[in-house]
Amino acid sequence: MKEEIIIAGFGGQGVLSMGKILAYSGLMQGQEVSWMPSYGPEMRGGTANVSVILSDQRISSPIIQKFDTAVILNQQSLDKFEPQVKPGGVLIYDPNGIVNPPTRTDIKIYKVAATDAASKTGNMKVFNMVVLGGYLKVKPIVSIENVKEGLAHSLPERLHKLIPANEAAIKIGMDIVEEVR
Amino acid sequence: MANFEVEKTPENLVYAKPRLITDNTMHYCPGCSHGVVHKLVAEVIDEMGFQDKTVAVSPVGCSVLAYNYIDIDWVEAAHGRACAVATAVKRLNPEKLVFTYQGDGDLVAIGAGETFHAANRGENIAIIFINNAIYGMTGGQMAPTTILGMKTETCPYGRTPEQHGWPVKISKILSELNGVCYATRQTVYTPAAVRKAKKAIRKAFENSLNKKGTSIVEIVATCNSNWKMTPEDANTWMEANLFPEYPLGDIKDEAAK
Amino acid sequence: MAEEVKLMKGNEVIAEAAIRCGCDGYFGYPITPQSEVMETLMYRKPWEETGMVVLQAESECASINMVYGGASTGKKVMTSSSSPGISLMSEGLSYLAGAELPALIVNVQRGGPGLGTIQPSQSDYNQACHGGAHGDFNLIVLAPASVQEMNDFVDLGFELAFKYRNPAMILADGAIGQMMEKVVLSPIKPRRTEQEIIEQCGDWALTGKSADRNRNIVTSLELDSAKQEIFNRKLQAKYQTIRENEVRYEALNCDDAEYLMVAYGSSARICEKTMELAREKGIKVGLLRPITLFPFPTKQIKEIGGRMKGILSVELNAGQMVNDVRLAVECKVPVEHFGRMGGIIHSPEEVLEALTKIVR
Repeated sequence: MKEEIIIAGFGGQGVLSMGKILAYSGLMQGQEVSWMPSYGPEMRGGTANVSVILSDQRISSPIIQKFDTAVILNQQSLDKFEPQVKPGGVLIYDPNGIVNPPTRTDIKIYKVAATDAASKTGNMKVFNMVVLGGYLKVKPIVSIENVKEGLAHSLPERLHKLIPANEAAIKIGMDIVEEVR
Repeated sequence: MANFEVEKTPENLVYAKPRLITDNTMHYCPGCSHGVVHKLVAEVIDEMGFQDKTVAVSPVGCSVLAYNYIDIDWVEAAHGRACAVATAVKRLNPEKLVFTYQGDGDLVAIGAGETFHAANRGENIAIIFINNAIYGMTGGQMAPTTILGMKTETCPYGRTPEQHGWPVKISKILSELNGVCYATRQTVYTPAAVRKAKKAIRKAFENSLNKKGTSIVEIVATCNSNWKMTPEDANTWMEANLFPEYPLGDIKDEAAK
Repeated sequence: MAEEVKLMKGNEVIAEAAIRCGCDGYFGYPITPQSEVMETLMYRKPWEETGMVVLQAESECASINMVYGGASTGKKVMTSSSSPGISLMSEGLSYLAGAELPALIVNVQRGGPGLGTIQPSQSDYNQACHGGAHGDFNLIVLAPASVQEMNDFVDLGFELAFKYRNPAMILADGAIGQMMEKVVLSPIKPRRTEQEIIEQCGDWALTGKSADRNRNIVTSLELDSAKQEIFNRKLQAKYQTIRENEVRYEALNCDDAEYLMVAYGSSARICEKTMELAREKGIKVGLLRPITLFPFPTKQIKEIGGRMKGILSVELNAGQMVNDVRLAVECKVPVEHFGRMGGIIHSPEEVLEALTKIVR
């Protein structure tokens, strides 16, 4: 098993922390993991992206250009990363703010309306967990138990009270993700 | 020549080299203030019983070789960095007596940043600052403390504010910082002045040990060689020209409060 | 005790490893992309746990001189910075080497020259390995290629620094510093006691001049040129001993290889992927990863590289290590360089394209 993922969106959407929780979940599952962020001005509201690799074997390059899965949260990221999905790979996107939807026909495309779903819960902070839920439904590479462990390890203890809300958001994401083609 | 020996007894001993001054021949010019200040430093450390608990930082400048003359552990710092070096020595060895021994170029010109910030952090170090208003080791160039009108190799027509700015009163400036507990200006050109300077050095060292903050003891000093004067004339010139610019006495003494 | 496995950033691991290996003091100044080192230390408050001192200095110039001061007393002290900050420290590096002081310096490289970029680069190779400050001296240079090695090399760096009384540098880059990977943290070692420091370093360190020894003087000054030449010869002999005893490298798939890539740090990781891609295409390529950049694995590259049809040296710079690779194989094998600059990281596919060009 080897899964090479890019998660990309705006700074502040929780892109990096979603990647971290996913990587920690992989670690809990006994996998080799890497988490490689773009950093710098992106931290201040520009675009942010992180590549996460989960693998049963030693990970060679944490820096990659072709992805098994792209999780896309804004138009700029869609434009940039759609071409970098491997043929036969997966693209998951939140349709919020997407004017030009993905066009490739050699990859599987899913929609997860996480912005809408999160705003309905009244807590936009769980947005990235809704997205993670959608991803995990499509690619169940780590068990929910290990995701819970991953959450516990990546959140500071003072935020552990938020774990149930995050779990609920993951479930919402699993429910609402839909195949486009 | 008559051949006679004087029997040395405690009764007839009027002066002895301080125990912590080594037998190495000093490279300082006759008339220079460094020798006297070295003696005072050595005496104070010995009187405090701190030979085995002192780490001193020597600078770049005439006193770069200070470590050859006082029998304690020394580290020789890069030019201007003595206060940064001393910061770590003291933080990592809080029970030690830590002091820097620096000239005007080292402390006030190239090392101004390190000096200012160590003092601002209130590092528990003592700074012994020899201010003779000129660069000695490199051969008489202008120092940040060179007074207006004073001629040096790099201001041969006299220091002007237009070209060189004004003399820096570093002890006064440092005294404004909360981290500084003691700032004083002393000199060593008369026996009375020497005695006062020694008291000031002792107070600064005790402040370091008692973790009171940073102490600076500025010694307004002579450099008769580079001033191109006899030692005696240098003293007179210092009195007439440097003392008005750098008035002697305590500027700040928190411990006295 | 059970292994402590964590997911951490390379920079965070440097801080954690420092606390765990019994480091006495860290002195630093913030600069991207390594600020997490001091941030992590300040957050962890090791002064409450082990007594380790952590201080934010007013500049890199001050930090390296604080390191010099701390090292002069026999303590395990370190700093970290990124390229422009290391340039500011270069004076201090020369003094550390000249005074034969052990210390650890971490350079999480970014692209230059000048203020450059904050993205990863390896363009300080020459600075780290071929001078970088005045005088004939060498740093011991370790090049981590993973977060795990960021952990391991803190302890190793200190060990080598004290063994040879020489400053050691971890030459990382922004990618290794910023990425998170699985890391097995080192077991906790207590800081040395004053007595242990006296036993280990008492013949040179400033522990206070006691009655049973002469005063110790830490200096790099020697006005007598004849004596200074003798000292220089002694330094060179020390570097030669380090060359003979401390080379570390990793060779992957070199046994059946016809071509060789030589790369260190994050570039080596990328090349590992390139190697996978190339072997899928039937190109028999191996990878030699220098772990120590000084001492450089010259003999090993000569031996392994000497039997290849061609060598590709891959670095995130304009071609610096490539000269050492050419010297190692005495120019008997064609050696080409490939590398992106200015903070651009080459992809495994780009390296493959460059590799394909040397395959005949």
